Amino acid sequence: MTETTAQNFINALPFAHALGMRLEEIGKGRARISMGWDPRFVGDPATGVIHGGAVSALMDTCGGAAVMSYPGALTTATIDLRIDYMRAATPGQRITAQAECYHVPRRVAFVRATAHDEDSENPVATATGAFTFDRKEDR
Amino acid sequence: MRPEPVQAVKHRRDSALAALVAAIPYAGFLGIVFERHGDELTAVLPYDEKLIGNPFLPALHGGVIASFLEVASIVELSWSTLWPALESGQVTPEAMSESLPRLPKTIDFTVDYLRTGLPRDGYARARVNRSGRRYASVHVEAWQDNRARLFAQATGHFLMPQG
Repeated sequence: MTETTAQNFINALPFAHALGMRLEEIGKGRARISMGWDPRFVGDPATGVIHGGAVSALMDTCGGAAVMSYPGALTTATIDLRIDYMRAATPGQRITAQAECYHVPRRVAFVRATAHDEDSENPVATATGAFTFDRKEDR
Repeated sequence: MRPEPVQAVKHRRDSALAALVAAIPYAGFLGIVFERHGDELTAVLPYDEKLIGNPFLPALHGGVIASFLEVASIVELSWSTLWPALESGQVTPEAMSESLPRLPKTIDFTVDYLRTGLPRDGYARARVNRSGRRYASVHVEAWQDNRARLFAQATGHFLMPQG
């Protein structure tokens, strides 16, 4: 996928666009997507920390993108997604999520993802999810 | 002692709820509002074009659904914790809007996507299954047209604010 096609993929998802997501890298069942800090996405003004839901949205989009980039993928939808919040993301910093399909049997893709802010050593959140997997050859 | 006038009771509860929801900018960004009957809350997510994930179906973005459920859980948990102090007069809505209550922090959150989120309003109701001094467990269900046909549900664990 070229850089323009990749960004078009994000822009085609209205909510990903509303959260200002940027597709950094995609291919072969892996994706990296980032999202900037914005006061509208804050969960608790006392701390300025981004709401967990916005991090979930980033993880879900990144997981879905990883599935779509897996060879043979046609469409996908999230079956379930579990997020563990390891620490508060530092206010003002960009959050980047990385997702990979680690097991893809016939009709399901198992995905894990990690999100970090500018401190890439200490994750902000991790996620695991199952996504539906529709194959081109089945159509 | 005469019972408190109904208008005063409603005003106190509605102002407190409004102050709590206003404390979450992200809830406003998504357009989430809350309806209250006594202490029972229903979160409402009015449909908006920006909430779409797949424009071809069209369907609500999975991240919108997760966010809606997490906001509904946090507000329910804070509300149920706040309720006794609000009713006894220990906490007033005026004091709340000046110094916002500290919110619970999410430890983990697991969402089941049961059906496609249709391009229309969504509703959610959360239930606090266990609320301890430090940790809480909350379950939340969301539906659109029919209360019995859930389109998503979630369970989350939360760290309670201290002090």
